[in-house]
Amino acid sequence: MLRRGSPESRTLLPPALRVRLSGEGHPVRIVARGLGIRHASRRAWALTGVDLTVQPGERVLLTGASGAGKSTLLAALAGILDPESAEQVGGLTVDGVAPRAARGRLGMLAQDPDSQLVMTRAGDDVAFGLENAGLPAGEIWPRVDETLATVGFGYGRDRPTQALSGGEKQRLVLAGALARRPGLLLLDEPTAQLDPAGAVLVRSAVARSTADRRATVVVVDHDAEPWLPLVDRVLELVPGGLVEQPAGWRPPRRTAGLQLPSGADGPVLVTAAAAGFCYPGANRPALLPTDAELRGGRALAVTGPNGRGKSTLALLLAGLRAPTTGRVEAAAELAAGARRGAREPARWRAGDLVSRIGTVFQHPEQQFLTGRLRDELALGPLRSGTGSAAARATAEELLERLGLTAFAEANPYTLSGGQQRRLSVATVLATSPRVLVLDEPTFGQDAATWREVVTLLAEQRARGCAVVTVTHDRDLVEVLADAELAL
Amino acid sequence: MSTATLALGPIADVSLSRINPVAQLTAMAVVTLVLLTSLDVVTPAVVVAAELCLLPAAGLTRPHDLWRRTWPLLLGAGSVGVVNVLLARDADPLTGVGLALRVIGLALPGVLLVASTDPVRLADALTIHWRVSTRFAYGALAALRLAPLLVAEFEAVRLARRTRGVEAGRNPVARVRLLGGVTFTLLVGAVRRGSRLATAMDARGFDSGIPRSNARGSQLHRRDAWFVVGTAAICAAAVTLSVLTGHWSPIFVG
Repeated sequence: MLRRGSPESRTLLPPALRVRLSGEGHPVRIVARGLGIRHASRRAWALTGVDLTVQPGERVLLTGASGAGKSTLLAALAGILDPESAEQVGGLTVDGVAPRAARGRLGMLAQDPDSQLVMTRAGDDVAFGLENAGLPAGEIWPRVDETLATVGFGYGRDRPTQALSGGEKQRLVLAGALARRPGLLLLDEPTAQLDPAGAVLVRSAVARSTADRRATVVVVDHDAEPWLPLVDRVLELVPGGLVEQPAGWRPPRRTAGLQLPSGADGPVLVTAAAAGFCYPGANRPALLPTDAELRGGRALAVTGPNGRGKSTLALLLAGLRAPTTGRVEAAAELAAGARRGAREPARWRAGDLVSRIGTVFQHPEQQFLTGRLRDELALGPLRSGTGSAAARATAEELLERLGLTAFAEANPYTLSGGQQRRLSVATVLATSPRVLVLDEPTFGQDAATWREVVTLLAEQRARGCAVVTVTHDRDLVEVLADAELAL
Repeated sequence: MSTATLALGPIADVSLSRINPVAQLTAMAVVTLVLLTSLDVVTPAVVVAAELCLLPAAGLTRPHDLWRRTWPLLLGAGSVGVVNVLLARDADPLTGVGLALRVIGLALPGVLLVASTDPVRLADALTIHWRVSTRFAYGALAALRLAPLLVAEFEAVRLARRTRGVEAGRNPVARVRLLGGVTFTLLVGAVRRGSRLATAMDARGFDSGIPRSNARGSQLHRRDAWFVVGTAAICAAAVTLSVLTGHWSPIFVG
């Protein structure tokens, strides 16, 4: 339908209606009774037996392992579950009505900042939601300024959104949601894609902007600890229902009781000597000249703030880019057999590279190439020249070890985030490379996946592999790294 | 990655930005109509000369900027001219020049518009003055923001394939197949991101059936009318000069 509103007709809206439409008013009450939801494509229920009452103005954390149904419950609360693709039993109401009918009262902050911003300037983006509510232009800008101040946005309205860091973008998205004065604010792992400094920016903005209790706040995050200071209650989704954690509850530490095999110091496999990188046309280098040494049986953690070129260093070490200054060289024993005997990994053919250096990217889905898990795991061995039968056998063995045999025929894209991460590590292990390079391997993972990934990496180290992780994760550095390179 | 140069951001104000986008589009329509109906060399020459005079007003004074924005256009115009001279039976170089000038005359207004008009102001002007659907205008605007991300992601996906042992090397067939695969992965990613964006816009009440207001507004001034009138006058002068010098050959007469 084409809607044609002239500026005059907008200002003629009765004031009472405008207020209702822009979602202003009191915080909402959420009530769930025996709620169960099942997606049409799955046999198992995504969640069952959920009983819940959230009082108006409360700030609640909804936690649980990945796959426990957090996202499903959040989608139900947001009223964006498609009734045709999801079956629901029991009741769920927001202020006494179905969530879909209360959507005008909703504010949302999701994970990926780039897919939540609409406009090119910060102020315009906050104004976007107010324009949609038909607020007259004269009332919009004062409210934009007020909301930007509330979330602690440090720039003016004219700041280009592309010039903001991830944490600042999330603050802006939060301002865009709060400007509409929602009765319910839903936060869906809003820090999962941010570095620690960005995560702090977002949490402090949430804390100060919701302190007035004008909105009921539901935070969904598997990483409970950082939210504890700002929520009133913690609810954990477990199979069969929702458990209210007592006051003073703290999540078990993911490193608790973790026994990792250690490695024996082996030979140097890859050396970076004053290796730096500058993108063509860029006015400053992405990576200043850096020295690094990857030894068999040792794990190296590359750390440091964003923008220092950690990921770029990983690309150089992985043979995906050639340094623009300095050198990256493989040891003779690693380079042996590669085409022309080149020592620089960046010059190897892809088929030679996969059996020598394995790389796992931050976003696992970018690396998937086939439609079935079984084929995905066999692909690397086939590409490096292993026979078909041997490649299949390797694939089956890895499926077994990672507990993914049940999904052997499934499409990699249909796996959960944690399963995708495990699969992306497994695809690399399939060709038994001597060097492993991983960019943020534990990013956004729940405790169980975290332990599995860390254990997997330690096993490779014990096998004599050199393991390099680019990471912000202090726990990972603490339990795994034999050396740390802080950029 | 070096997306800063590609990233779509607000556009710096230049003097041509003071002309409302809908006035610029109207002027563009006038120019297009005149150039599409005339086949001589004089008309496009006058029009292109007038357009070149507007380059400084669009902030395009540095040769480097100008070249970066117009090289595909110049290449296209040049080849149109050369091909027509080579293939035409009565090969008159002047006809080739005329055709090349026509291509330039048709495309330069677009270059001027893009250089001087913030996409957000364009969407505002279109929805307010021409009643273009807000769903379309702001939906397209939001989608446009995501385009530079695709460029960065293309490189990431290509590298990700190398890590899996998939690489084209020098084989052209393999290159095309690889490009197909990379494009597919990008499309999957783009669709997912697009649907997340739609959800986010939805959560902020976009397209919820309420008449949308506009915080920035978009005003038409007298100068906008003068801009259109001036364009029409220059086009009329071009045609008059063409008729007087005996070059005029409208497309609809034989």
